[in-house]
Amino acid sequence: MEKSRISLKVNGKAVDELVEPRTLLIHFLRERLNLTGPHVGCDTSHCGACTIDLDGKSIKSCTMFAVQANGADIRTIEGMAAPDGTLHALQEGFREMHGLQCGFCTPGMIMRAYRLLQENKSPTEDEIRFGISGNLCRCTGYQNIVKAIQYAAAKLNGVPFQEAAE
Amino acid sequence: MIPSSFAYHRPTSIADAVGLLADLGEDARALAGGHSLIPMMKLRLASPSHLVDLAGVSDLKGIRAEGGDIVIGAMTTQHDLMASDVLSTKIPILREASLLIADPQVRYVGTLGGNVANGDPGNDMPAVMMCLDASYEVASKARKRRISAREFYKGAYVTDLAPGEIVTAVRIPVPAQGHGYAYEKLKRKVGDYATAAAAVVLVISGGKATSCSIGLTNVADTPLWAQEAAKILTGSELDAATIKRAVAAAEAITSPAADARGPAQYRTKMAGVMLARALMRAKGRAEDRPNDAPQGRSLWKNLGFR
Repeated sequence: MEKSRISLKVNGKAVDELVEPRTLLIHFLRERLNLTGPHVGCDTSHCGACTIDLDGKSIKSCTMFAVQANGADIRTIEGMAAPDGTLHALQEGFREMHGLQCGFCTPGMIMRAYRLLQENKSPTEDEIRFGISGNLCRCTGYQNIVKAIQYAAAKLNGVPFQEAAE
Repeated sequence: MIPSSFAYHRPTSIADAVGLLADLGEDARALAGGHSLIPMMKLRLASPSHLVDLAGVSDLKGIRAEGGDIVIGAMTTQHDLMASDVLSTKIPILREASLLIADPQVRYVGTLGGNVANGDPGNDMPAVMMCLDASYEVASKARKRRISAREFYKGAYVTDLAPGEIVTAVRIPVPAQGHGYAYEKLKRKVGDYATAAAAVVLVISGGKATSCSIGLTNVADTPLWAQEAAKILTGSELDAATIKRAVAAAEAITSPAADARGPAQYRTKMAGVMLARALMRAKGRAEDRPNDAPQGRSLWKNLGFR
């Protein structure tokens, strides 16, 4: 099958590649661009481990073809830390609040939380839970993931983080 | 899971899109948000030779008022529906239903046109559109036409769409100001299809329902417009006895399949429960609406969390 040329921006860098139309975006990112942060979890658009940010939307990259992303501006977990290695507030939050156990869901969780905080700078706990309802974690029970996002929201807003009483 | 090979087309106008679909024939499929079609392709339950991606067609996007109708482009996403101030004000049931579809990531991509045109009895918007008496604007290379949502669904994944036709827009008559509405959906978890769901739109005047319309989701091969149940309620005070009769009439037209969501009888009963709840909520909203017209709402406000 004839390949299609796609040009897009991934983590600030211009990318220009030939792809087979049937290549899924997750495979393009992982196998062509070696961005293995986005994970293949369920491969059926349920678990959210493949979540990336695309043109201001959180999307599940297992359910989009790379050709559909032609012209898009994409951010993956690899594009979150500063070039000098300083962690993004969300990454710091997941570390500080112990927001992961096995870590498999974490890149998708962080990319989803990133867009959530872009849209809603001070979400309530319920809004965070609603906002990450498309991302499954089978280890943590979500408590510390929610705290990690609250930590990041506080840091990004420049206010002290106060852990809610249990 | 890797789909079989296909050629990819990305037209920029409706004319080009339907031209491609006509020329490429039955091996071509239109691609909207792709969250039904791509999973089918990954499972090789669908193997189109050509995909005509509608994402580049700007005429398929947007929400506009036209006379007493609101016209929503087929490629408008569930996320767009939820974020629309005009819809939240004029047809708030769309926001309520959208919030119950799939999950945030899917709603950024999943489209209204795809949801109504796919013919999946599990999709939520078809019953809502039947309830609202919406119609679908349809185009092919040869012609344009408009068809009522209430006549569109013929069976599971079988609709009135002919080969080469696409839904270009959904046209919804704006319900009366102060109307009551509710979409009640029973589901096992986020992202699940409904075990059963009910959409209600009604108008109350002088303590009585002057009009009532009901749609039911996922309790038959097609979405259902529960005409008889609505007729029983119209003219009533929506009292418990009348609601009970209407619920029985609605349950009588269901014919759900037994599946992982439960046995058929259970799903029929749940359709009745969802309808009773939707009626009570719609009634409550209809009564307090005139003095409480909703103002512009942003996406993250009024989710009911604060």
